[in-house]
Amino acid sequence: MNFSVKALSKGGGRAGVLQVGGCSLETPALLLSTRKGLPAFISPDLLSTLPTPDSRLLQFSPLHFLEGISLKAVSEMGGLHQMLGLKEHVFVANPADPILSVPDYQSSNKIGASFETPSGRFLIKPGQYMEMISSMRPDIWVTLADEVPAWVSDKRNRVSIQRTMRWLDDCLALAKANDTGGAVFGSIIGGSKINDRKYCAQEVSRRNVEGFNIVGFGLGESMDERPTLLRAVTESLPEDKPRQISGLGLPEEVLQGVAAGVDLFNSTYIYHLTIGGFALTFPSEEIERHVSVDQLNDTIRDDGTKINLKATIYRKDTSRILEGCKCYTCQNHTKAYINHLFNVHEMLAQILLEIHNTYHYLGFFRKIRDTIREGTFEEFRQKFVESRREHAAPAAADNTDTDSAADNADTAALCA
Amino acid sequence: MALRFEILGKFNRARAARLTLPHFVCQTPLFMPVGTQGTIKGLTTSQLEDIGCQIILGNTYHLALRPTSVLIDELGGLHKFMNWPRGLLTDSGGFQMVSLLHLADITEQGVTFQSPVDGKPMLLTPEESIQIQNRIGADIIMALDDVVRTTITGPRIEEAMYRTLRWIDRCIAAHERPHDQNLFGIVQGGLDPVLRDICVKGLVDRKLPGYAIGGLAGGEDKDSFWRVVAQCTAALPEDKPRYVMGVGYPLDIVVCSALGADMYDCVYPTRTARFGTALVPEGVLKLKHQAMSDDTQPIDPTCECMVCKNYSRAYIHCLVTKDAMGSQLLSYHNLFYMLKLSRDLHSSIVNGQFPEFVCNFLQKMFPKGDVPQWVCNAMEVAGIDITSCCSPFPLSLIDSQAATVKFSRKNSIKMVHTKD
Repeated sequence: MNFSVKALSKGGGRAGVLQVGGCSLETPALLLSTRKGLPAFISPDLLSTLPTPDSRLLQFSPLHFLEGISLKAVSEMGGLHQMLGLKEHVFVANPADPILSVPDYQSSNKIGASFETPSGRFLIKPGQYMEMISSMRPDIWVTLADEVPAWVSDKRNRVSIQRTMRWLDDCLALAKANDTGGAVFGSIIGGSKINDRKYCAQEVSRRNVEGFNIVGFGLGESMDERPTLLRAVTESLPEDKPRQISGLGLPEEVLQGVAAGVDLFNSTYIYHLTIGGFALTFPSEEIERHVSVDQLNDTIRDDGTKINLKATIYRKDTSRILEGCKCYTCQNHTKAYINHLFNVHEMLAQILLEIHNTYHYLGFFRKIRDTIREGTFEEFRQKFVESRREHAAPAAADNTDTDSAADNADTAALCA
Repeated sequence: MALRFEILGKFNRARAARLTLPHFVCQTPLFMPVGTQGTIKGLTTSQLEDIGCQIILGNTYHLALRPTSVLIDELGGLHKFMNWPRGLLTDSGGFQMVSLLHLADITEQGVTFQSPVDGKPMLLTPEESIQIQNRIGADIIMALDDVVRTTITGPRIEEAMYRTLRWIDRCIAAHERPHDQNLFGIVQGGLDPVLRDICVKGLVDRKLPGYAIGGLAGGEDKDSFWRVVAQCTAALPEDKPRYVMGVGYPLDIVVCSALGADMYDCVYPTRTARFGTALVPEGVLKLKHQAMSDDTQPIDPTCECMVCKNYSRAYIHCLVTKDAMGSQLLSYHNLFYMLKLSRDLHSSIVNGQFPEFVCNFLQKMFPKGDVPQWVCNAMEVAGIDITSCCSPFPLSLIDSQAATVKFSRKNSIKMVHTKD
């Protein structure tokens, strides 16, 4: 793996190039969230309709495979790339995943981290985790962390740092002993204590890691205290290594992260949007060129960034989710059809929506990279956040027909 | 009439044809996947084109409820609504009313049923069924028939057959788009050869663009099933397509094609996929089985589909019945299998190698030569010599379904052993 920073924005954001697994990827970049290595609804033939190499970064949790398949079988097949028939993709292993493998700090103890999965709760020790990594052979893997929410006591917060550091050393030692491949990203925690965050970041950067995984955000800290915390971390890290963050997924959160110098984002935002029937519609530059202002105003109904295709207003709407969008869904299907598919609970609804949302969000990241290189990232960020606030305020006030989980989470994060 | 049916090759009763529909030129024999609500569960229309699907079946009953035929019509018809450029067929809606609704009552006027939306009594007449199907706009539409279970006996069968004949005239009269849509009549008459004969003659007199054999695949024994198909195909005109409704299993399709049928539809490949079962030349493979968890082979090593080229049984095993992707990938494989079977039937007939194809198919499915007796009987009538794949001493006289189940069980037990 190789990483280099190519451009810095005055607000702190950076654009770089990450070379890994035969791919050359521009950062800031989005890691697509997967269930067992594939996006929830996008089969590999449809995955190839998404832009490359942008869509090549896939995040999975080794814990997805605790049941159903033996590590021996995965190993025999030659690891995850072979097993999934995605030899050109880049797999990033992260034990935590907010859908299928949720960290459970109350059950974690000094010997391992605990996770809630659909097959029950599991306590994962560093040795066990490293066995999974060795069999699955991801391109990048993050070390085990004792992830705690923002509201735990100072004492528990410090305990989590101690454990995370010990597990980091254990993982590194095991990887060395067993000659486990893949680039190691050391996990950094510290809750919402600036000093703890700094301390952890400094300690992790002293270890032999190729990048960093910033953990514990999106767990109860406020939107306002986050930039300071993020900066405390990134300013303690060396410039020349990539930084990944877990838990920041909303567009505003991504922009906050980028501004603080984060390079890689993994999130289940797209999954939650898709399940809730939401399609991203905020204008990106590529689309602006094709669309008149009227059309844009027309799509802005919910909060200016997304529409709910379950809403009855789309029953007879034969327009595309977003005019000018080049994704498979917008090239082939109308809002009316997707609305029907949701009405009758057909799986194709989620397939089409996940394709559109992924395509669109990858476009958002491309836009971010472009603005950093052009030196206009700060303006872009300001404008984006402001326009979204304008739409979100009335929407939150009269609480219209958008009451799905994704939207609630969305508005809550904004109001926080 | 809005179709052309040209026979390209024959072997005794079996035929391979080119069926030209308003939206697509099809090759028969063909299998039509069921896309009940304007989508095949878990697949995009581009994937269906990729795997060679020619006609999708839509269910009138479901589409009429949601999004309603008026809306489909307003938005330009079902082809446009679901963005499917190839063939579409809609059923009459009668079957779903009888099978899904408890309070359906069939009178001379039509089918009375309780609306699942507001519970009010509603009436579906032959005229209305055709009007709805005219609005949906499929290439082939089906006449409303009086469906009775094949396992029922007595005067009800006769009543249903005569009523189907009376209704066909009302359907023909109501059909407003005969130049865009082909109305197929449905042969009823239960398992009674006399009634079937009266029905076939009555329908043939109406000179319809195509004919369906209805009322089968409802739990009747296999020997009765193939005899009805054989009788109807023999009596139906040579130059019109013949569609066996609700069939079926790969073996049934091979047998019916040998007897001269051209079109089939069934939910089986996609439904069974969602329950974790894959179709393979040997029969079925239950991916949920624990023995699959460390089986690194593809589902079917001889299959060329995207799923078999990329995935192991072990990986599919950890997806099935847990993740949507399990249904998506298995449905893709199963439909690929059915559509490949259709293509193989077509090309083997055209190339004059139909008997070899049938023997090969039976050999893989019954490696011990225990081809069910009903298949042997049907093949004798079809004039296809299958002695090369039958064991000299018939192992059993059981019907095919029992044989299939027995086979798959044996198969999975065998796999457990190889892995233990």
